[in-house]
Amino acid sequence: MTWALVLALAAIAYTFKVLGLVVAGGRSLPPAAERCLALVPPALIAALIVTDTFSTAGDLVVDARAAGVVAAVGLAARRAPLIAVIVVGAAVTAAVRALGWLP
Amino acid sequence: MTDAVERTGREDRSVMAAGVVLGAAVGVFGIAFGVGAVAAGGSVWQTVAMSLLVFTGASQFAAVSVVSAGGGLAAALGGASLLAARNGVYALTMARHLPGSLPARLIAAQITIDESTAMATARRDPASIRRAFWVTGLSVYVFWNIGTLVGALAGSAIDPATWGLDAAFPAGFVAMVAPHVERSLGRRAAIGGALIALVTIPFVPVGLPILCASAAVLLGVRER
Repeated sequence: MTWALVLALAAIAYTFKVLGLVVAGGRSLPPAAERCLALVPPALIAALIVTDTFSTAGDLVVDARAAGVVAAVGLAARRAPLIAVIVVGAAVTAAVRALGWLP
Repeated sequence: MTDAVERTGREDRSVMAAGVVLGAAVGVFGIAFGVGAVAAGGSVWQTVAMSLLVFTGASQFAAVSVVSAGGGLAAALGGASLLAARNGVYALTMARHLPGSLPARLIAAQITIDESTAMATARRDPASIRRAFWVTGLSVYVFWNIGTLVGALAGSAIDPATWGLDAAFPAGFVAMVAPHVERSLGRRAAIGGALIALVTIPFVPVGLPILCASAAVLLGVRER
């Protein structure tokens, strides 16, 4: 790891954030664009759930995380609080892994 | 009126508590990052600086894994930048909810990440959205950096997998996406994003499936 990597990545990461928030932000957009932006959280969060659950270093995998996330979906559908969903999701994953049912 | 005040109070406490719990989970990953970055040849200062300045965990892990696999600067920056690009999309979404002075916005930009955006957009009224964004973003910032320092100094860490913490993030995101999928259009965007990610994971570099999934927002072009 080098300082060049640290500083270049810092500059790139911050540029993306600032472009959206400060430079492009606050302008009024056409209604269709507003509707599309409102769909960013569901589309990207759902994609994060899939990649965080079913992938490891670019490969599709099914492991103990899947069991925890299924439990989380069950709780979230019953409107359980975020903390409960996280704790149960992690606990189910740890239990399934400890029992050796899934890696 | 009293009911509304009580409800707001309860909601404030739940926002605070959820932000802190999420931060603590992030802190454990911060430890793992600190250990990994030092193992990949980073100094303690470089490792700590990366978490303070870059502050987008997935990008940091991606850069360090390329470096530890022997990759060069360009390779390390490529994947990490793809992962960082989604924060720009979040920033566009958050911009209207975060009025304020330029300095405040420049600080807000640094904490515009998965967790703060997801927690904020799960709320309805403007004050709650802002509070959830700042509480979650700052909590994650503090815990991520403390975790990084501890990991970089200690060199040995809690194994996140043993405690199921690798499922903590997707589980948390499940709860955060729930309010968005109550509406039909949001539900279709979520299903679209999930399917795009699932299909693209084996074929494109790490980080790209999330960006590809943003194509699902085009469902909003046609008014329904």
